[in-house]
Amino acid sequence: MNPPARLPRPVVRGSQTSPPAPAADVRLKIDVEHLFFFYGEKLALEDISIKIQPNVVTAFIGPSGCGKSTFLRTLNRMNDIIPGARVEGRVCVDGNDIYGPGVDVVAMRRKVGMVFQKSNPFPKSIFENVAYGIRINRMATSKSDLAGRVEESLKQAALWDEVKDRLHESALALSGGQQQRLCIARALAVKPDIILMDEPASALDPIATQRIEELIYHLKTNFTIVIVTHNMQQAARVSDFTAFFWLGHLVEYERTDKMFTNPTEKLTEDYLTGRFG
Amino acid sequence: MNVRRTPPARKILSALFVGACGLGVVVALIPLAFVLFFVISQGVQSLNLDFFLHNPRPVGEVGGGMANAIVGTLILTGLAATLAVPIGILSGVYLSEYRGSRFASTVRFAADTLNGVPSIVIGVFAYAVVVLPLGHFSTLAGGFALGIMMIPIIARTTEELLLLVPNALREGALALGATRGRAVFSVIVPAALPGIITGVVLALARIAGETAPLLFTSFNNAFFSTSLTQPISSITVQVFTYAISPYEDWHRQAWAGALVLVTIVLICSMAARTAAARVGRIRGQ
Repeated sequence: MNPPARLPRPVVRGSQTSPPAPAADVRLKIDVEHLFFFYGEKLALEDISIKIQPNVVTAFIGPSGCGKSTFLRTLNRMNDIIPGARVEGRVCVDGNDIYGPGVDVVAMRRKVGMVFQKSNPFPKSIFENVAYGIRINRMATSKSDLAGRVEESLKQAALWDEVKDRLHESALALSGGQQQRLCIARALAVKPDIILMDEPASALDPIATQRIEELIYHLKTNFTIVIVTHNMQQAARVSDFTAFFWLGHLVEYERTDKMFTNPTEKLTEDYLTGRFG
Repeated sequence: MNVRRTPPARKILSALFVGACGLGVVVALIPLAFVLFFVISQGVQSLNLDFFLHNPRPVGEVGGGMANAIVGTLILTGLAATLAVPIGILSGVYLSEYRGSRFASTVRFAADTLNGVPSIVIGVFAYAVVVLPLGHFSTLAGGFALGIMMIPIIARTTEELLLLVPNALREGALALGATRGRAVFSVIVPAALPGIITGVVLALARIAGETAPLLFTSFNNAFFSTSLTQPISSITVQVFTYAISPYEDWHRQAWAGALVLVTIVLICSMAARTAAARVGRIRGQ
């Protein structure tokens, strides 16, 4: 294996970024060690290591092109479908390396759900959208069980009251914010442990955004959430931990309240205060 | 702010191009209008209930119809669709799913070439591989020839329509734990279905009007037949036979046959559009 071309190094004040040490008795939900990511020959992520505890919200922030979305997509191997994409390093979910040999990617993705930047409901009815994952994973034991699971998911996504009378109408008739909550409901329906959100509110107005943020806050009791966002206020509002990416590096990973009040790295501080780029 | 008026030369040029476009449309529609006008005006005179209920009468006997040919055309196109729709759609899925692979490019090139092969050559091919081994003309051979013509049309249409489906839908399905095949057949193909239906019917409409590949495959039959292993009559071949005959009555029958064929094609197209629109409406497209 060739040594990867180095990315320009961020100027880091401390000798290394020290992620918040989890309490010893907490099992790690996600444990990434020395992850490198390549698009063809181009190195996009260099030596990322991060440990994420269960039932917390972790926000990835950083300028466009810093690799935060790419990193998010390595966590459920969504980059596999991109030709020429290559990963080195370990990504452990619940202690199992998802890039290891013999891993069932399809089964893994059921445990690690994803919500995309642009809402992508299937061109089917509202009900069928939520039922899709339940059906393909053969989770429902009967028709009424299926309906119950769909209702539960829609309630979890705070969409039930708005759609309960028109479950069999097209999902594409919903508003943008409703569509995004439908996509969240769809992801919740397959009972994942982890939900990856790639700028879930970037195309929504402030009110719809607020609803998504409230939703994230409620969901973290049952799920581990990783959210990529361009909006630093959003990261400050919804997350417990924040990771700052810059040019393919993880510069700082801290408790959100500490990161936003007293960041360790000068680079982080400059970014948070809008002083560069 | 200094807003200059558009120079007159530019306005004239614009008007000229818009005019040219309009003229082009009119010129393109004139042949269609004439074809329809002649087919309808000539065909209606000989069109009556007998035309749909009776078989051709021998020379000299006035009257008769094309019942056998109408049924024959329906059977032939039905056979062709049975062969071509599954093969065409599956190859289209392959072409769009593995679009980067060398084999897919080869298949794509082959499909485009096959699409450009003159239909009479397809007829000769069907003659060689079906008629000769069976020893006689048959409905099967005709359906086979028409099916071969349909496959590349359906495959390429399906491919292009599948490529229009946003990648986000594929990712959405995969993220829920769908396998690749599941994602394709439960999300991507259904999303493109209205277009695929339209494509299939347009292909059907095209091959329903083919004469050349039928001349030495299904040949013709003066009698009513639904047998797959016997020669069968078709509207196009019947129209061809009547049109080159020296009999005035047969000429009239040929016009009527042409009108029926055009009507069948038209009804199919409209049905396909309605079906596609209905499928689309359910999905809110």
